[in-house]
Amino acid sequence: MSPNATKLATPTHGLVNVPPKKGGPPIESLPTAIEVEKMSFYYGQTRALFDISVKLPAKLVTAFIGPSGCGKSTFLRTLNRMNDIIPGARATGMIMIDGKDLYGSDVDPVALRRDVGMVFQKSNPFPKSIYDNIAYGVRLNKMAASRADMDAIVEESLQSAALWDEVKDRLHDSALALSGGQQQRLCIARALAIKPKILLMDEPASALDPIATQRIEELIYRLRQAYTIIIVTHNMQQAARVSDMTALFWLGRLVEFDKTEQIFTNPHEQITEDYVTGRFG
Amino acid sequence: MRNDAVRRLISKVITSLCAFAVLVALVPLALILFLVITQGILSLNVDFFTRMPAPVGEAGGGMANAIAGTLILIGLGAVFAIPIGVISGIYAAEFSGTKMATAVQFAADTLNGVPSIVIGVFVYGIAVLPVKQFSAAAGGLALGVMMLPIITRTTEELLKLVPISLREGALALGATRGWTTVSVVLPAAAPGIITGIVLALARIAGETAPLLFTAFNNRFFSTRLDQPISSLTVQVFTYAISPYQEWHRQAWAGALVLVALVLLCSVLARYATRRLERLQTGH
Repeated sequence: MSPNATKLATPTHGLVNVPPKKGGPPIESLPTAIEVEKMSFYYGQTRALFDISVKLPAKLVTAFIGPSGCGKSTFLRTLNRMNDIIPGARATGMIMIDGKDLYGSDVDPVALRRDVGMVFQKSNPFPKSIYDNIAYGVRLNKMAASRADMDAIVEESLQSAALWDEVKDRLHDSALALSGGQQQRLCIARALAIKPKILLMDEPASALDPIATQRIEELIYRLRQAYTIIIVTHNMQQAARVSDMTALFWLGRLVEFDKTEQIFTNPHEQITEDYVTGRFG
Repeated sequence: MRNDAVRRLISKVITSLCAFAVLVALVPLALILFLVITQGILSLNVDFFTRMPAPVGEAGGGMANAIAGTLILIGLGAVFAIPIGVISGIYAAEFSGTKMATAVQFAADTLNGVPSIVIGVFVYGIAVLPVKQFSAAAGGLALGVMMLPIITRTTEELLKLVPISLREGALALGATRGWTTVSVVLPAAAPGIITGIVLALARIAGETAPLLFTAFNNRFFSTRLDQPISSLTVQVFTYAISPYQEWHRQAWAGALVLVALVLLCSVLARYATRRLERLQTGH
């Protein structure tokens, strides 16, 4: 399961513009990472998600798109039970990962989040050193047996997030001294360090400038070989560039889920066509 | 054009009013400092820090016992109030909105409003009367009760200021809620909490009323917790209302040392906070 991070670390500039493969196997035949069935979600009395059913394929990038307030972020946050911390929030339905229902009574959300990592819209490095930011989750999960082990994991994670060369000489400086784009890549490295199976990204580049955004997109493109990645984005060009699959949400419902090229060139639903052509949103 | 001139005039008037208000607010502070320094400096010498109070009618002597006493009392208050205050502050912030947290906030605010003399009487009742003995421990307890609500509220407010995104970052890595608080939220708020604690220490250093019938006073050097102990504030009070010229001079010097002590606390607080923040943010 664990990725060969050093191999991933070779620079791959320019890959962003390679379009997703045409054709390929039908989506039904792809191995499934997350199976969602009749998932609904409520904030108190307000219903935010309506009977979502979808099979999210493994080792591919799936983009969630849709207008603001359509439920895409809420849905993303149900996948690692991050919504649990909101008072009055409630979920019904089933979300299966590795044959286990996330909302089953025997599932510990704390343990679950170790398998399903998350990167947030606004980078949120801890006010600690770069090294300690990466080491935080590793220590938590007791994944390093020695100081040398930890050093190796820190280097490997920073390599995977394409940040190593920029920070290797100042690992013990504060993470808050990094630029916004670097901070976000640090947060990605921090998530990768505990070797999750699935990586959730909630608009990871929306607060970044175009160059930093490009670097994050390149990173996502490379990480797809090793992880199941689910990314929420407001930016349709970004969805088209980085994702293999795209899901369109509208008013708390999953309107359409298909290969990205299909969604952007030949969608089945009128709403999808209107949204991707910019008629609303 | 006319309007413009009127607007500029109003602006000038308001600005001068603001400047005047600032001046008026600063006058008492300046006067206090001026008076304390000019009067206190006359009797301030090495003896003041190293010698014991001289008997009536004898010149010289110092307040070594009171200076040590004040430091001991502040230390006792801190030992009592910091752990309880910080922990209840964490509780109030983490379980914000629950009945218990609201009760903690309400209790802290009420306690903060209780006159210090009442706190002195209260501690007299629970820690002096039963053993029929004034003691440093009772004085420290009274000062601790004074500090408690300040530390509780400061801790709570500062923890609530830590962005929720930091909390989410730790939770998303598989941290439990408790560990998130201890390992991420608390360190992030630490510089502010430390400032709050030191300012609370400075505040209680100047308290007299809670000590009058708890720590009482002691003309001799004492470090025993079960015996009465001297403090700068009570000593200044005693000397200031005495009929002796020499004691009045000593009182002024005591007041000066007290002000300097409080100032030192504030400066230390700033320094410690800056250092910590620099460590965390790298600039």
